[in-house]
Amino acid sequence: MQRTRRTKVRLGALWAFLLPSLMLIGLFFFVPVILTFLISLTDMDYSFEWNWVGLANYIRILTDPWVPKILSNTFFYVSVTLTCFNVGLALVLAIATTHINEKVGATIRAIWLLPRITPPAVYALLWLWATRREASSLFNWVLGLFGLPPINWKLTYPWLIVILVNGFVGTSFGMIIFTAALKSIPSDIIWSAKVDGASTFQVIRHIELPLIKWPLLFVTAYQTLSLLTSFEYILLTTGGGPGFYTTEVWALYAYDLAFRQYGGTAYFGYGASLAVFLVIIGIIASVTYLKVFRFRELMIEPKIEVK
Amino acid sequence: MRTIKSEVTVKRKIGSALVYIFVIGISSIIILLYILLFMASISPELEGIIPKKFSLSAWQKVLTGDLQVPGAEYQYPNLYLVMGNTLILALSVAGAEVFISSLAAYAISRFKFRGRSTLLGLILVLHSFPAITLLIAVFYILNMLGLYDTLIGVILVRVAFDLPLAIWIMKGFFDTVPWDLEMSALIDGCNRIQAWWKVLLPAVRNGLMAVLIFGFLSGWGEFVFVLTFISSQKYWTLSMLVYAFTSGEYFYVDPCITATVGIIYMLPVVVFFLFAQKYILRIQIAGKGIA
Repeated sequence: MQRTRRTKVRLGALWAFLLPSLMLIGLFFFVPVILTFLISLTDMDYSFEWNWVGLANYIRILTDPWVPKILSNTFFYVSVTLTCFNVGLALVLAIATTHINEKVGATIRAIWLLPRITPPAVYALLWLWATRREASSLFNWVLGLFGLPPINWKLTYPWLIVILVNGFVGTSFGMIIFTAALKSIPSDIIWSAKVDGASTFQVIRHIELPLIKWPLLFVTAYQTLSLLTSFEYILLTTGGGPGFYTTEVWALYAYDLAFRQYGGTAYFGYGASLAVFLVIIGIIASVTYLKVFRFRELMIEPKIEVK
Repeated sequence: MRTIKSEVTVKRKIGSALVYIFVIGISSIIILLYILLFMASISPELEGIIPKKFSLSAWQKVLTGDLQVPGAEYQYPNLYLVMGNTLILALSVAGAEVFISSLAAYAISRFKFRGRSTLLGLILVLHSFPAITLLIAVFYILNMLGLYDTLIGVILVRVAFDLPLAIWIMKGFFDTVPWDLEMSALIDGCNRIQAWWKVLLPAVRNGLMAVLIFGFLSGWGEFVFVLTFISSQKYWTLSMLVYAFTSGEYFYVDPCITATVGIIYMLPVVVFFLFAQKYILRIQIAGKGIA
């Protein structure tokens, strides 16, 4: 029955359905991947001229005095945000909110969605506001309650701001995945353990954590890639500063070279060569998710969530 | 025996109280930040989040649309123009994503063709690929197409980058609609298009809503593309305005005004958060979220 129906469908109709998507994906995914590689072999600027310079940009990366600093910044930023928030706090919140009153738990999880859907510019504004240097700002006011002097947070602890800003957004992704995984554990396993005298802590340690091993690995891998390539919130809060490249990460450096040179020169070529590394990591990682993490299954699961 | 039991319950109670304190404590930081923004818009003088004075003058000034400070060095665009641009961007992105993704998802879900599984795999790979790394090349393409410094350019790029996720969500919904439903509509005398319009689309309306909200929020909040692909103030969106207010050369002197614009920018988000949470949650799990 289906077969005859399918054969009736003309190829033309199929193309009509797929064409808009294929065009956009071709124009803004495939062409740019190739273009990024090609531009990285030129010294292109705003004049958009193709002056081929071979591997000069890559050699420049090796000799760029800022690159070691930017590499260590990137490593610091990704690892600390990941362990403290995107995986660490996400896991703690998922476990905690599934062990307390269900309504309270659901409300708490909803609150953590807010930063994610808030326009980034406003979300950054919230943090900039709370950490202003005036004694009356939220952070300094709290310090004041303990009799401590006000701090110019953005200048003194720029990394704290960068990590808090990204961490509070990043936590929700892992939290939701972990919560879904924890909820899918059959309750009879947990009940039987409790009947046998296991404490809540033991249940978490010996039953729940081993059972969410895969989601844990998935979130870690996925969020590492997100953190590595995103720079939006850093751009909005510290802008890579204060001073020279204090909180500048690899992705932001590539962006700055291409688009934020106030002198007027745009280093598209050099910026592209930095981006090439992220593109390659991105391609490898995305293909790996598909193969290793059975992304397919993870993606189908959530259908249950819409009531 | 009894004492041991009560000791265990006491320990349990302390334990769960500590969990509550931690969870509520850390989550209240988020709430505090939003309260702070609201308070800042109605009070020129704050101690922490406690208003010392009350004034609606910022709201009065902002609602006139004219943000210019007398004698100030920089020109700010009219707020209503900026809001209009943001709305155009958000609605266009939402509309285009719903339309284009449901077409493609329908084809992938219902048609059998060579390369179907390749296409599916490709969409999944693209969905996790960090498209933001392609910004320099995309800039080059937009410039070649004459779409630099146009809203259409920003809309196209935003739609393209969101498409893999949108197609994936829609495909999931089309997959759940049984063939029998369409068949019976056809037997009852509907043609293909009527069957699609009257039977299939209502059956996937949850998916359409999810993609619509996702697309709207994605366009509404867009910042990096506007910053990078737009140079004229007449195409500024609210994200650019807020960014300009808080940084560098366009820094706005009156923080109440900045906060008020921020609150206005938040409004649709709050509405969706309160009334459409299940869709937002759905999108969150389906992928890397809105951002």
